[in-house]
Amino acid sequence: MDKKVERRKGIKRLAFWTLAWVLSVALVSFGGEFLWDGNQAMSIAAIGLNLLIGILMVLANRRFVENLDELEKKIQLESMGLTLGLTLVVGLAYSLLDVTNIIPWDAEISFLVMFMGICYLATVGMNTRRYR
Amino acid sequence: MKNRIRILRAEKKWTQQDLAGAVGVSRQTINAIEKEKFDPSLPTAFRIAHLFGCSIEDIFQFENGNS
Repeated sequence: MDKKVERRKGIKRLAFWTLAWVLSVALVSFGGEFLWDGNQAMSIAAIGLNLLIGILMVLANRRFVENLDELEKKIQLESMGLTLGLTLVVGLAYSLLDVTNIIPWDAEISFLVMFMGICYLATVGMNTRRYR
Repeated sequence: MKNRIRILRAEKKWTQQDLAGAVGVSRQTINAIEKEKFDPSLPTAFRIAHLFGCSIEDIFQFENGNS
């Protein structure tokens, strides 16, 4: 029972820090234009805040994984491993497409983040179904 | 690894959720163990054996060739 409560707390904690991190990314991205009119010191402070919140999000994720049971940990580990490998391979291939001018646009990091998210969700879904 | 968890659980009239709660894992994990899709860790196997009042060997049978 306690484990269930702890797990629910962990999910809420992770959701909170993830939301905070996304908001801090938005703050850094748009703050210079709409809030502090290109002030560099403010941008550096916002990036520092973004980094700090990002670290807290990673720690919350670690605690979330620690509270999972052994099968859930296995599913997460397999999904994270696949996501990391695919992101590295696909990310580098995408970058090479840009370097060799095969694609007319720049290889943006946002593509990689989106790819990672989709890949992680898909692999968690696939692995969960595998052990059902 | 083959196991007799489903039979032992039925004898005790426990649901998967009951067993999961007593062992400290999720219902999905008990289901995956019963279907022999997932081999539990040694501490979990000991907890399951202790709950049914058996030894690990009475519940789990190792099959050569399985991972």
